[in-house]
Amino acid sequence: MDVSSMQATAMTRQEPLLSIKGLKTHFATRAGVVKAVDGVDIELGRGEILGLVGESGSGKSITGFSILGLIDPPGRIVDGSIDYDGLDLVSMDEEARRRLRGNDIAMIFQDPSMTLNPVLRIDTQLIETVQAHAEVSTAEARQRARDALVQVGIPSPDERLKAYPYELSGGMRQRIAIAIALINKPKLIIADEPTTALDVSIQGQIIYEVKQLCRRTGTALIWITHDLAVVAGLADRISVMYAGRIVETGTTADVIERPLHPYTQGLIDSVPSHATRGHRLHQIKGMTPSLLNLPKGCAFRERCEKATPECLVAPEPTLLPGGKSVRCWNPAL
Amino acid sequence: MRKKDRQVPVFIINRLFQAIGVILVMSVLVFVGLYLIGDPTSMLVSPEATEIERQALRKALGLDQSIWVQYLTFLGNAVHGDFGRSFLTGQPALQLIVERMPATVELVVVAMTFSVVVGVPLGILAGLRPKAPSSKAIMTGSILGFSLPNFWIGLMLIMLFAVYLGILPASARGETVNVGPVALSILTLDGWRHLALPALTLGLAKAALIIRVTRAATREVLPMDYIKFARAKGLRPSRILNVHLLKNILIPIVTVAGLEFGQAIAFAVVTESVFSWPGMGKLLIDSIITLDRPVVVAYLVMMVFFLVILNLVIDILYMAIDPSAREKVRD
Repeated sequence: MDVSSMQATAMTRQEPLLSIKGLKTHFATRAGVVKAVDGVDIELGRGEILGLVGESGSGKSITGFSILGLIDPPGRIVDGSIDYDGLDLVSMDEEARRRLRGNDIAMIFQDPSMTLNPVLRIDTQLIETVQAHAEVSTAEARQRARDALVQVGIPSPDERLKAYPYELSGGMRQRIAIAIALINKPKLIIADEPTTALDVSIQGQIIYEVKQLCRRTGTALIWITHDLAVVAGLADRISVMYAGRIVETGTTADVIERPLHPYTQGLIDSVPSHATRGHRLHQIKGMTPSLLNLPKGCAFRERCEKATPECLVAPEPTLLPGGKSVRCWNPAL
Repeated sequence: MRKKDRQVPVFIINRLFQAIGVILVMSVLVFVGLYLIGDPTSMLVSPEATEIERQALRKALGLDQSIWVQYLTFLGNAVHGDFGRSFLTGQPALQLIVERMPATVELVVVAMTFSVVVGVPLGILAGLRPKAPSSKAIMTGSILGFSLPNFWIGLMLIMLFAVYLGILPASARGETVNVGPVALSILTLDGWRHLALPALTLGLAKAALIIRVTRAATREVLPMDYIKFARAKGLRPSRILNVHLLKNILIPIVTVAGLEFGQAIAFAVVTESVFSWPGMGKLLIDSIITLDRPVVVAYLVMMVFFLVILNLVIDILYMAIDPSAREKVRD
C-alpha cells in the first residue's frame, strides 16, 4: 500500500464521503420482482478506491446506477439510504441530483463505442458537460476540455476535439469518456467495467492512469468489475457482490490473501497464476442463480462446498476487526 | 478534409447519370403505355369528322409514324429542352406544367411543414412515455390520420369549416401575389385562408406517418448508452432531448419526410381535385384522361428529375446530420 492510499484509508474512518445502507433496488417485471440489489452497504472515504467485484447479474452495475439516480422504470430504489457528503441521494429531487451528476459524482461506462454520442463532435460532448454545471463561456469551457484531454494522455488534443467518435479507436474513446468524467473535478467517480471492452494492453494503461489521476486529484473511485485481478493492483478495499448482496468487504490485501467467504475463495482460486500452471483451474460449481428465483437463505448455498443446514437462513453481515465484514455462517476465519 | 470535399461532387454526378437512365426507361414505358391505351385523336376531333380529317390531324401531330420513330423524335427534341406541345391546347407541355407548379409546391411545402412541426413533437412525446394515456391518444389519432382516405378528410373539413362554420373557403387559391413570374398565395391573408383546408388535408396523413416514425426512432434511441451517459454527465433534460435525442432520430424523420414530400409534389392529385386547387396534379389527371401524351411524358420526366434531386438533397442532409455517413460516401 502506498502512502496516499494509507492516508485515504485513515480518512475513511473519520467521515465517509459515501455511505450506503441497506440499499434495495428492485425491478418489477412481468415474470416477478427482480431483486437486483438487495441490501447493499458500502462505505467509501474521500480519495479512497473501492473495487466492487461480482459476476454479471450480481447487481454491481445497478448499485452504481442507483448512486447516480439513473434507475429507470420498472426499476426502483425500494429501500435503504445513500448518503453522499451529508446529502440524502434517495429522497433528493431530480434537479438537485442532476446538479450532482457529472459534477460531484461522475460515471464511466463499460462500452466506449456506445457511450459517446455518434453525431456530436468530441468538443461538443466535453463543453456541454462543463456548461451544464457552470456558467462559463464556450471559449473557457473549450480550454477546460482541451486540458482534460491532455490530462488523460491524449496526443494532439486540438485535432481530437474536432473529431467525431467514429474516427477514434476504442481506447481513445474510453480516454475521452474518462476526460468527460474528470472535467468538472468530481469527488467520486463510478467506473462500470471501463476496461472490459478494450485490448489487454490498453486495459493496463487505462487502469494505471485512472489510479494516478484519482490519487493526484484526491478523487474517490468505485471500480466495478467481474475481474478480481484487475482491482488487485488498483483498489484500497474490495467488496465482493453475489446475487444482489455484498458477501465480503475488506482491504485488498485481506480479501485477496485471506478471503473469508467461500465465494470469494472460489473467485480467487479461479484466477490463473504461476502456481496453477499445469493444473486444472478451480471452478465454482453450478450456475449463477436467477434473481427471480433465488434459493432460500444464503443465495450461494447451493454452490457452496461448506454449506450447512443453518445456511437456509440468510446470514447477516458480521463485522470483524480491521474494517472487515462477511456474510456467511461458515467463514474461513 | 480536402479529400472529402473533392469526393462529394463525384457522387452527385453519379446520381445524375442514374437519373438520366431512369428517365429513359420511364419515358419508353409511358410512351408505349399511352400508345397502347388508345388514339388521342378520337378525343380531339368531333364525332362527325371524316376519316380524312382524322388522318390529317394524325399527320399534323406526328401520330401517323411508328411508335419508335415517334419516340426517337421526342427524344431528339427533349435533349434540346423541347417536350412537345399539348395535343389539346397546342401550348408547350413544359410551359403548362411550370405554370401550375407554384400552386402545388406551395401547397405541399405548407402541408409538410405542418406535418413535421406537429408530427415530430407528438412522436417524441409518445416515444418518451409510451404507456401514458396521452401517448396512447396520439397513437390512436395517428392510426386514424393515415387510414382515413384523403378525400374523405378533405370533404369533412369542407363540411365543418366551409359549410357549417363558414369561416374558410372550400376551393381555389384566393388572392395571389406575383414574385417575378411565380404567383404565390402564402403572401396574402386571403391566400392563407384558401390554403388552410387543402394543406391540412394533405398534412394530416403525413403528420400521422411522421408521428409513428418519430416515436419508433425515439424508442430506439432512448435506451442507448449515450443517452444514459448524457444523463450521467448531468445535462439538463432539455439539452438531452433537443440535442442528443433529436439529432439521432433526425435520419429516419428526414428519410420519411423527404419521400413524402416528393410523393406529395408529384401526386397531390386527390387533394387538389377535392379543393379545385389549380396545381400540377389536376393537370396530370386531365392529361391522362385526354391521352395528352406530351404533357404526361413531360410531367413524368420532370417528376423523375425532381425526385432524383430530392433524394440527392436527402443524402446531403444525411451527411450533415450523421458524420459517419460522410465516411461511407468516400468508400
